[in-house]
Amino acid sequence: MNAFLALIGRDLRLAIRQGSAVGTALGFYLVAVSIIPLGLGPDLNLLSRIAPGILWISFLLSAVLSVDALFQEDRDDGSLDALFIGPLPAELIAASKSLAHWVTTCLPLIVITPLAGLLLNIEPASLPKLLAALLAGTAGISFVAGAGAALTLGLRKGALLLPLLILPLFTPFLIFGVGAMAASPGAFEQSILLLFALSVFSVAAMPFAAALALRLGLE
Amino acid sequence: MSGLSEPQSTGLWRIAALANPSAFMRLSGKFLPWLAALTAILFAAGLTMAFRAPPDYQQGETVRIMFIHVPAAWLSMACYSLIAISSAGYLIWRHPLADVSAKAAAPIGATFTLLALITGSLWGKPMWGAYWVWDARLTSVLILFFLYLGLIALRQAIDEPGRAGRAAAILSLIGAVNIPIIKFSVNWWNTLHQPASVIRAGGPTIHPALLMPLLVMAIAFTVLFIALHMKAMRAEILRRRCEAMIAIHVRGDGRQAQPDGTAVSHV
Repeated sequence: MNAFLALIGRDLRLAIRQGSAVGTALGFYLVAVSIIPLGLGPDLNLLSRIAPGILWISFLLSAVLSVDALFQEDRDDGSLDALFIGPLPAELIAASKSLAHWVTTCLPLIVITPLAGLLLNIEPASLPKLLAALLAGTAGISFVAGAGAALTLGLRKGALLLPLLILPLFTPFLIFGVGAMAASPGAFEQSILLLFALSVFSVAAMPFAAALALRLGLE
Repeated sequence: MSGLSEPQSTGLWRIAALANPSAFMRLSGKFLPWLAALTAILFAAGLTMAFRAPPDYQQGETVRIMFIHVPAAWLSMACYSLIAISSAGYLIWRHPLADVSAKAAAPIGATFTLLALITGSLWGKPMWGAYWVWDARLTSVLILFFLYLGLIALRQAIDEPGRAGRAAAILSLIGAVNIPIIKFSVNWWNTLHQPASVIRAGGPTIHPALLMPLLVMAIAFTVLFIALHMKAMRAEILRRRCEAMIAIHVRGDGRQAQPDGTAVSHV
């Protein structure tokens, strides 16, 4: 457990002191959100109606594109090999990486979401719902993306391949995430519970797939 | 693997004997012509029945698309199940033939999925008035198609065959676990977003006059799939043997490739 916490602490410190990766993800998120009205026209009613969908899609894209480097640096400088020799099982290494991704990328993205929602004229009443849905669902997103990053580790076309592999798997997250905004009674509670279920399932299952893929990548 | 060859585990022994590449080549070489002939006969019968079937009272002549569409859709799912089972077999036992099976099945499955999508949208035009509606079934088959594309792309992105096979196996198991969840979520999404504006035609049951050709066509498609899969597996095994022979030739040492291709498979 100590090793697990130490590994997370190391990733958090690296993220804070380097900073560039988090900044890039945030910048990408804001650009993706603000380029969509340019294509759709400045109709505020339309934008406020589709704002949750745009925010979720931009969020997923930012998460996928930022996860590409999850294991890359550690593999390049050899620290991933060192970690594998250490006492921590590969599954926990993968889990700690995904958790660190959630804390360093998804949480800042959630924090900045009200600002992005402002650009899209999102209804103030639906903003807390959206934030709750993001909090419930994005842990699962980080863990699914972590497995994808482990699979494409060290591939030449990895950056392009990863979204192709991972985005179809995000379908349920997107559907329930946007479904939480629906006006029908009970839709919010139901969606949030399903998002939690998805997250719990991904957190439990995906580290095993990621560990298999990492062992393969380090051979 | 030596743990499996205990005398009492004769069942596993028999499976292992069938899974030997050269035994597979011998057996499949015998079966394949018969399978191809059976496919041709079944398709001749199925297509004749399909064209002689009476038109549906609601859908008219377009119902004949069903005889292609439904078997293709069923095979698109059956093929993914086969890939998932093969992948599990490869990851657990590292058996090369399981990898060959998974690799050979992916493009065939993707083709059947594409066929189901195309025939579905051709059927949708007269029925729904649009080539594409975000119907729950269409959507989940489309996502299945993307999963197939991802599998093929991942395999192509890795040069080393053994690594490529295991990476694709891991991905296909992730996909297999997620497919039921995706299917459920898409159904949920469709009922949420789509009120009863699109009324699905088609009665509660299929008339026997339409059911019989459908069944024959489903069997024909299944046998076609088995034949194609067997042929693709044979091609893949031969390709790996060629690669191994080239590698041995280039290396220039006197070692012989084993005639059953086992030296080839553990790259």
